[in-house]
Amino acid sequence: MATVETRNITKHFGEVEAVNGVDLSTEEGEFLVLLGPSGCGKTTLLRMIAGLEEPTSGEILIGGQVVNDLPPRARKIAMVFQSYALYPHMTVFKNIAFPLKAQRVAKETWQSKVEWAASMFGIEKLLHRKPRELSGGERQRVALARALVREPTVFLLDEPLSNLDAKLRTSAREELQQFQRRIGTTTIYVTHDQVEAMGLGDRIAVMNQGKVRQIGTPQEIYHEPADTFVAGFLGSPPMNLLEYDDAILGFRPETFLPREVFGLHDSLKTFQFKVTRIEYLGADRLLYGFLRGKLADAHIIAKLPSTVTVSIQQGETYEFVIQAKDLKFFEKDSGLRTGPRPL
Amino acid sequence: MTQKAITTVEMGTQVARAKVGRLNSILDSEQWLGWLMIAPAVLYIVLLIGFPFFLALYYSLSDITVGSRTMHFVGLKNFRAVIQTPTFQQSLKNTLIFTFVSNALVLVLAKMLALALMKDFRGKWLVRFLILLPWVAPISLGTIGWLWMLDSIYSIINWTFQAVGVFGPKTWPIWLGVPHLAMGSVIAVHVWRLLPLATVILLGGLSSIPQDLHEAAAVDGAGFWRHLFQITIPLVSPIMTVAVLFGMVFTFTDMIVIFVLTRGGPYDTTQVLASLAFFTGILGSDLAEGAAISLFLFPVLVAAAFVFLRIARRAEVT
Repeated sequence: MATVETRNITKHFGEVEAVNGVDLSTEEGEFLVLLGPSGCGKTTLLRMIAGLEEPTSGEILIGGQVVNDLPPRARKIAMVFQSYALYPHMTVFKNIAFPLKAQRVAKETWQSKVEWAASMFGIEKLLHRKPRELSGGERQRVALARALVREPTVFLLDEPLSNLDAKLRTSAREELQQFQRRIGTTTIYVTHDQVEAMGLGDRIAVMNQGKVRQIGTPQEIYHEPADTFVAGFLGSPPMNLLEYDDAILGFRPETFLPREVFGLHDSLKTFQFKVTRIEYLGADRLLYGFLRGKLADAHIIAKLPSTVTVSIQQGETYEFVIQAKDLKFFEKDSGLRTGPRPL
Repeated sequence: MTQKAITTVEMGTQVARAKVGRLNSILDSEQWLGWLMIAPAVLYIVLLIGFPFFLALYYSLSDITVGSRTMHFVGLKNFRAVIQTPTFQQSLKNTLIFTFVSNALVLVLAKMLALALMKDFRGKWLVRFLILLPWVAPISLGTIGWLWMLDSIYSIINWTFQAVGVFGPKTWPIWLGVPHLAMGSVIAVHVWRLLPLATVILLGGLSSIPQDLHEAAAVDGAGFWRHLFQITIPLVSPIMTVAVLFGMVFTFTDMIVIFVLTRGGPYDTTQVLASLAFFTGILGSDLAEGAAISLFLFPVLVAAAFVFLRIARRAEVT
């Protein structure tokens, strides 16, 4: 087991700055998720940790040792690729045994090690098959077993669930988390899917344009976003952001509720909300509209859970409230979070 | 009368329409369109490959010569006669050596070149262009160039080696005049000539392997040789098999390099079946025997092609 650390690491592809001065460090046995939109540099960062990409500058440490000059095979890492990258000409058994062979592990122990790794993912019965005879979910497990078999100190996973259908992804997510908890190996997981990130990560590093914008637990990232990018990237629908004097005011759609929902409460902020459109989504109602009064013409979304049964009509204006603690403020120019202000 | 005229005109248009309609329906029907489209290719094969092939087959069983006006069926007499001659036996042996050695060399060298050309480096396009050059230049022209380079008096190779001191002042190999050197020379020139195509075919195969697989192998701990022999080569083997099959059939049936460089000499030590067939059948006027010589390896080639294609299909990976 080991920690991974990057020190002011950058990667330039010609003019493009894919990764731009990232400082990151995992804790022992942690499940760290790199989350961000496509092109934010998260995969490049992972590939640099794996040794598949050479950093332009900066240091990478695995287990306290600088590994910049080590080839991938000497870094004691295992990587699962988005495409799984199973060797198509080998059976599942040979695929899983390949890292053992490459590491010159004694031949007598292959059988038991491969069986152990296969049993971790319930694929013992597939060992004699070729990858093309497997379903997407089975391929993913084989890829994980192949990564596990050499008992690496760090797991690097590059969007391993993105090729699965939605239903399978949910169960795969659960299995993946259980598996990681059981073996307790430090894991870095790249995804652009915020649900995956929130569900799996001990901590999440949100990346944009080659930089880490915020790193924290899912709760911190969601409730206390460090800047407007993080606030706007997480949540579905994302945080409402509206200009307010020289600042930006933000609040989550689900914290913006009809007056009737709350009892008499000291720290409630009241707004007049004109509803222009209603989307009924089963579990929730999404209300689109704008505020009346001081924050006029700011388009916002409110998300009402189905447990809130207040009748809402399109085109009408209602009294909506937010608890003061749910209001977040950001600097207008930098987008960075600032302290609360009076409204 | 006007009415009658109108009817005739109308009938005419109707007939014309029906004709256009029939043509359209032929073009629309996949059954007919398919035949129509493949007809030129079939015609080409039948007239330019099928007909001469069966003619040669018939010649080989007859007593025809260039000058004769009649021919008689003589069964396998030509084959029996040919097999017994020492020249034929020597040529058969030469053909096998020539084919296997040159193709083994081509395979290894093309693989090396293709691997090198997969990497990015400055001036890659120039190197690719230079490597393709032997294939683009007319074969006879290129071989005549070699003839000059291997000449017994003017050999630039000998001259260069002497100048840089590899050869002593008295070393002056006669490349095309000594049996083993001659065989080595024709093999070298043939390799030079086959290499570009084999390299291009292998390059195509190599670039079809997803980059992910190479990276997975690197992370899994494979070094250069393991990577090469357990990942890269198995994945290009279907394409490689086809390239080797092509190269072998091509070498078995080709005589240009040998014809230009040695004409089979010295003492038939570089004579191959293709050149022997030409010398016997065309220059020696014995069409029947020439046909028998050239057809001798046909069953072997068919069997080899069958085996290779089966291997290629079995090795196919997705």
